Amino acid sequence: MSLTKAEVRRLFKRRVTRIFLVITLVGLAIFPIVFALNSKPNSPEARAAAQAQADQAYRQAQVEFERMTAECEAAKARGETGLDDRYGPNCGADYGPRPEYYPAEQFLPYEFNFQEEFAPSLAVLSAILALAAFVIGASFVGAEWSTGGMMNLLLWRPRRLPVLFTKLGVLLGSILGLTAVLGALWTAAFWSIGRYDGDLGKLTAGVWQSLGLTGLRGATMVLLAATVGFCLASIGRHTAMALGVGIGAVVVSEIGLRVAFELLQVRYGDRYVLSTYLIAWFDKSITITDWRACQFAQTACEPPEYVVTWQHASVLLGVVLVLSVFGAAWSMRRRDVA
Amino acid sequence: MPAVLEISGLEKTYRSRRRGARKALDGFDMVVESGQVHGFLGPNGSGKTTTLRTLLGLIAPNGGRMMLLGQEVPAALPQVAGRVGAIVESPQFFPNFSAHDTLSLLADAGGVQKQRVTEVLELVGLRDRAAERVRTYSLGMKQRLAVASALLKKPDLLILDEPANGLDPGGIREMRTLMRGLAESGMTVLLSSHILGEVQLICDSVTIISRGRRVAYGAVAEVLAQHAGGGVTVRMESAEDQSVAAEILIAAGARVTPDHDRLIVSNVEKPAWVTRTLAERGYYVSELAPVKVDLESVFLELTQTAPVAGQARQVDDSAVAPAQGGWGL
Repeated sequence: MSLTKAEVRRLFKRRVTRIFLVITLVGLAIFPIVFALNSKPNSPEARAAAQAQADQAYRQAQVEFERMTAECEAAKARGETGLDDRYGPNCGADYGPRPEYYPAEQFLPYEFNFQEEFAPSLAVLSAILALAAFVIGASFVGAEWSTGGMMNLLLWRPRRLPVLFTKLGVLLGSILGLTAVLGALWTAAFWSIGRYDGDLGKLTAGVWQSLGLTGLRGATMVLLAATVGFCLASIGRHTAMALGVGIGAVVVSEIGLRVAFELLQVRYGDRYVLSTYLIAWFDKSITITDWRACQFAQTACEPPEYVVTWQHASVLLGVVLVLSVFGAAWSMRRRDVA
Repeated sequence: MPAVLEISGLEKTYRSRRRGARKALDGFDMVVESGQVHGFLGPNGSGKTTTLRTLLGLIAPNGGRMMLLGQEVPAALPQVAGRVGAIVESPQFFPNFSAHDTLSLLADAGGVQKQRVTEVLELVGLRDRAAERVRTYSLGMKQRLAVASALLKKPDLLILDEPANGLDPGGIREMRTLMRGLAESGMTVLLSSHILGEVQLICDSVTIISRGRRVAYGAVAEVLAQHAGGGVTVRMESAEDQSVAAEILIAAGARVTPDHDRLIVSNVEKPAWVTRTLAERGYYVSELAPVKVDLESVFLELTQTAPVAGQARQVDDSAVAPAQGGWGL
């Protein structure tokens, strides 16, 4: 218990933790602030004003259309040719404006809809928290190794695996707590925007359950990022090891593989890309379309699709998790502390 | 006195794909008795730090047995770690924490009362600088902090690897006084150092290691006596007498080495034999004194690391002792 207490203190005393927490909080706060400033509720007055703007736009378009038609007719009377190319057949009589082209909704100010837009916002929250968790996790153990802090600790606590897993446990517990608190604040902020500056939509029990499960998958992703960052830094005994592997994975997977698959015209190449599985995990599934299978210029075609589900993603992410934890444990147990 | 540290036949081989295998410890033995200040000496790369790291569970040995405070390690290390304070090699701390935070976190991890942090900071002279970040500390201050961290848990056995590194002369003297005081209070101190004058001053016993094997051990006075060789320095009235005296003594079976205006005579049972042998031939000594050896000369002799003019000695160029075995036998 005393080690747990010491590690919690150590985690929050570290500058990297504090700096990343502040950056994360500031970064996250920007989103609800921007949404709050831009979202306006669709009041009857706003709808009436939008309708008036739509009518005005339709009338202007009508006037312009009539002017163009008259211009075309005059040119036709003068015997000019090539008018179909400029105005369309029959002086564009079939392309005149219609009231339905100018719906009032187009002229309404942006209104945030909680039911429709909150789930995508959870993806943003999870991605930002996962990035911060990866760096904090890597630094928490990486800096301990590279500065000799781990060696000092092992002189006091010679049981290596309990020390490693206590540190990991403290990290995950702290990250989970932060994720839960920030998730609650995030939800409250966007719910307030929907309630007072936008639209909540139909918030049935099913909607809340779906949002809860999305949040849970997001939190799992954050914890996975923290664990992988921690384990990579522990294997390499330096924060840079985790950051290097992280950046390398992004460059190789998201840029290198994409370019290579495009050049080699690999079918469903995206199924070999890491981010596909992260999206599939968060969105429950992702569909990859083989656009190259169709010759749209010649015939109508329904391009074939490949679906990556969250179950596929969970297998891959599970393998990454197990390998990371096993690697860190093996390295901690077997390698000399020099 | 009971032994608090016993090492027998300790072996450690470092393996590298590029450089192959290198034996850092080759059947090393060591015994440290309770309540002593024990010096642990050896040239660079001789295996001192590897021994300490192995003893403290940081390195896995390839063979041998180790006992700390009567319990076999590394198996019983979790049980004895609370009674062993140690600093290994250069002091290493997280640079952005203050000295107080560093010790306070260790105290938390080890279940030591916070009050002890203030006590050890006072003891090593860092009380007024305790709130400053370690990155601003000099090497000597980091060394003091390292000693403070080792003392934090009031250990029965204190293992210090080069504790005087970076200390100013006053600091070295304070460290000496501190170690003597700790030993007098019943703590056993194992001190690894290259400052042999200090070791000779403060240590009760020593172990000398070379190329991973023990080359000498025992009480400091005994080790010095063993290597004094019973030699004496002899001065004669004149240079002529000196050369004749050398011939007489050599003829009588002594080993004689001229040294400026005197002779160093060894392989003699008693100093009186020298005066009698020369007096019988009509030569009288004007000065006779036992050869004084210090730990440095013994160290250089045993490890064969004395500098040789015109030669650049490599770190692994030191003496290899014959293999030994058993608990310090």
